[in-house]
Amino acid sequence: MTTGLLGRKVGMTQIYDDSGTVIPVTVIEAGPCHVLQVKTTERDGYEAVQLGYLDKPRRLASRSQRGHVATLESKRQRSRSTAGAPLSAKADCEPKRFIREFRGGTEGIEVGQQLGVDVFTDVKAVDVVGTSKGCGTTGAMKRHNFKGQRASHGVKKCHRHVGGIGSSAFPSRVLRGKKMAGHYGASRTTARNLKVVRIDTVNNLLLVRGAIPGPNGGYLMIRRTNKIG
Amino acid sequence: MSQQLMDLVEKTSMKDEIAHFEIGDTVDVHTRILEGEKERIQIFTGVVIARSGSGTREMFTVRRIVQGEGVERKFPLHSPRIAKIEVQRSGVVRRAKLYFLRDRIGKATRLKQRRTDHGK
Repeated sequence: MTTGLLGRKVGMTQIYDDSGTVIPVTVIEAGPCHVLQVKTTERDGYEAVQLGYLDKPRRLASRSQRGHVATLESKRQRSRSTAGAPLSAKADCEPKRFIREFRGGTEGIEVGQQLGVDVFTDVKAVDVVGTSKGCGTTGAMKRHNFKGQRASHGVKKCHRHVGGIGSSAFPSRVLRGKKMAGHYGASRTTARNLKVVRIDTVNNLLLVRGAIPGPNGGYLMIRRTNKIG
Repeated sequence: MSQQLMDLVEKTSMKDEIAHFEIGDTVDVHTRILEGEKERIQIFTGVVIARSGSGTREMFTVRRIVQGEGVERKFPLHSPRIAKIEVQRSGVVRRAKLYFLRDRIGKATRLKQRRTDHGK
């Protein structure tokens, strides 16, 4: 069974558990995903399952994208088939918007198979990988949680500034990797060990406790957590 | 589409039937309280001075005077710990938030009674 699934963030809300305690949850639409390719050690050097989520209109998909999910007539394919080369298995589905692969878990998985949220039925916690909201250019206080400077006691017009960025004559330069203001957000972010609160197999909904990166509607990779304990 | 999915999730946490009450009503709120193993019902009586939020997050505020001191409690409307809400008396009010009652003491806190079908 695969270790993960692709999906989309729907939004946050809150639900009550049996004792009446409020649980903050994020609703994730996880699947249905098509298996587009199964990578094997013999052929690719590693084992992985490639999944595709959400259909992309054919007019927007390039020929290579269309050819990845279904067999297309081509000169190369004709010459290969006359030479007797084996055809690679195709999912025979629409082109996909969001394609990612998960390492391992290839047993019992075939190309073209459709996977729903039920792959998480006996999973207690998941990791969610998404793209965080872009914040544009931000100061060091927001980006690196710097303290800034005092509000009073003679501080003039630099309450949110970085402060000193290094020493003087030696080394006469700023050390590489110095944390400063700059572009923040819009990066791959993983929220680990989120408790699975509920699974709705009919609507392919996965409810996890707490927040996940990215805006509503953002694409996500969801996998069994790799956190131990 | 996504809003429909949200509604679907929220519906599972919402009560099917909520007793009808309005701002300015005097209500009895029956809350389930767990004491060790035993469960008992506690009743909080007061005037509903506000309702806020929507969906599963809807809350309402009840105000009463205890020994000359104003006490306000905010309840989640859909919480399973709320057993029952009973309307004792309906009041005539002209606004959605009755925060002006906080500045009033004694007889001034009374609201004029409204005669309705659901109020007793």
